[in-house]
Amino acid sequence: MRHPAGAKGSLMARMGFFTDTSVCIGCKACEVACKEWNDVPDDGLDFLAMSYDNTGALGADTWRHVAFVERPRGGSAPPGSPPANGPGAGWSPAADLLPDAGGAGVRWLMSSDVCKHCTHAACLDVCPTGALFRTEFDTVVVQQDVCNGCGYCVPACPFGVIDKREADGRVWKCTLCYDRLKADLTPACAKACPTESIQFGPLEELRERASGRLGVLREAGVAEARLYGADEDDGVGGFGAFFLLLDEPEIYGLPPAPVVTTRDLPGMWRAAAGAALALAGAVAVAVLPRR
Amino acid sequence: MTDSYYGRPILKAPVWKWYIPAYFFTGGLAGASSALGLAAQLTGNRRLRRTALGAAAAGVAVSGPLLVIDLGRPGRFLNMLRVAKPTSPMSVGSWLLAAFAPAAIGAAASDVTGRAPRLGRAAAAGAGVLGPAVATYTAVLVADTAIPAWHEAHQQLPFLFAGSSMAGAGGVALASTPAAAAGPARRLAVIGAALEVGASRVMDRRLGELAGPYEEGRAGRLAKAAEACSLSGALLAAVAGRRRPTAIAAGTLLCAGSLLTRFSVFRAGFESAADPAATVGPQRLRRPR
Repeated sequence: MRHPAGAKGSLMARMGFFTDTSVCIGCKACEVACKEWNDVPDDGLDFLAMSYDNTGALGADTWRHVAFVERPRGGSAPPGSPPANGPGAGWSPAADLLPDAGGAGVRWLMSSDVCKHCTHAACLDVCPTGALFRTEFDTVVVQQDVCNGCGYCVPACPFGVIDKREADGRVWKCTLCYDRLKADLTPACAKACPTESIQFGPLEELRERASGRLGVLREAGVAEARLYGADEDDGVGGFGAFFLLLDEPEIYGLPPAPVVTTRDLPGMWRAAAGAALALAGAVAVAVLPRR
Repeated sequence: MTDSYYGRPILKAPVWKWYIPAYFFTGGLAGASSALGLAAQLTGNRRLRRTALGAAAAGVAVSGPLLVIDLGRPGRFLNMLRVAKPTSPMSVGSWLLAAFAPAAIGAAASDVTGRAPRLGRAAAAGAGVLGPAVATYTAVLVADTAIPAWHEAHQQLPFLFAGSSMAGAGGVALASTPAAAAGPARRLAVIGAALEVGASRVMDRRLGELAGPYEEGRAGRLAKAAEACSLSGALLAAVAGRRRPTAIAAGTLLCAGSLLTRFSVFRAGFESAADPAATVGPQRLRRPR
């Protein structure tokens, strides 16, 4: 698993996830495996009336979240006509992925969401205690013995991943199974995934595999397929856990073009310095002797 | 209509409670008061120096507990000084307060007791120099998040917080200082309230559609109340600030305006975070195709 020549001079290769949502079947084995391995508390048994999704969103007690998106098919075939991928309809591996495949009904999108382990991670940048740190695998992890529950990382994350566990007072999120990685094991969710929708490995390798998969899908006519988070030039410097999606990111509850908030921090400090000088100047004007 | 996942927010709402906007007020009051205290010291205005240093010490004494109570693990508050990180406004603020609080409290203690006057003057000078930073870094703290109504206002929020701090500090000093010595406090209050209201207007205009939370709903009502308090307080200070009862009324209004401003900004962040369209809309415009 470990590669001696990693990126950016680190001794180990950057490890991550490639979540290929085109083969996700929505079984939620990843959610269960994550909970079991990491001893994550229950996140409530609520009926959310959101397709098969009763988990809702990532949070302190949800480190993998399977989204179920039901979208009406683009075509307006007469009711009662056989589904495009039914028997004798010229089935192809990509037929049920096509948004405009003929036939009435619903196109189901399923996607297992997770912490993105950003190259430029806002949570890590704003953490005042150093509890959030970057591991030797280039993943982003909370040191639970350091976190004092200030909560700054929570609104800093552009994906709404990390959150505070109220009863506990500290923040929690996916660790990319840091303990398993140290023992050369695959993270629990990827291990449990029956369709290899969740793939774990060195990021470089995953990116190559993903662009190959994208090519196959595009060739099969799935024009909507796109990689999300595989680009190092995006607003967070690329994700350590990236995705192949079959629609716009916001359909899955993902921000379309996230930017790490600290990218603008120098400008913020300059504005604050200007405001502090204005305050000092106003005080000086106020005490100037009057004539 | 922006597409979203069952209309759910993309961002997480902050987990901060009312202690935090209350601290923005008390910390801002302390910071601007210490700057006023130093200015009074340099111009030999001893009565104003006393009230300003007193307000600074009181403000910072309340700030500490407010910040500690809000932590999920209050017993670990000293972890704030475990590292020094310029990328974390909260880390910068923790170190600022670690230096500012002893100076502000020491200066007031020396003034009241009359002991160690030289050290007291040095402490007042230190607190006075740090004060403007204490009053404005909190704007960076909220702006340095993914929340659109906070982040996209990062050029205006520091000026809003500076004005709000000056209005509060001017108001407290105006209400507690004999009229003959309170001239600088009156002027600071009026300048501060003008900056507070002006920065808020500019912010709303620059934010465009993202300004919604500041203009409507609960945060919008808080902003309107803040503006009414600040403007009437400033007007009262300007025209009748020399008379004791009106000075107290003006100071109370200015403090209320300053406090309401911080609660309005705080609340607007929650409303902005809850709205997926506020997150997705601006990002869609800059998304590479």
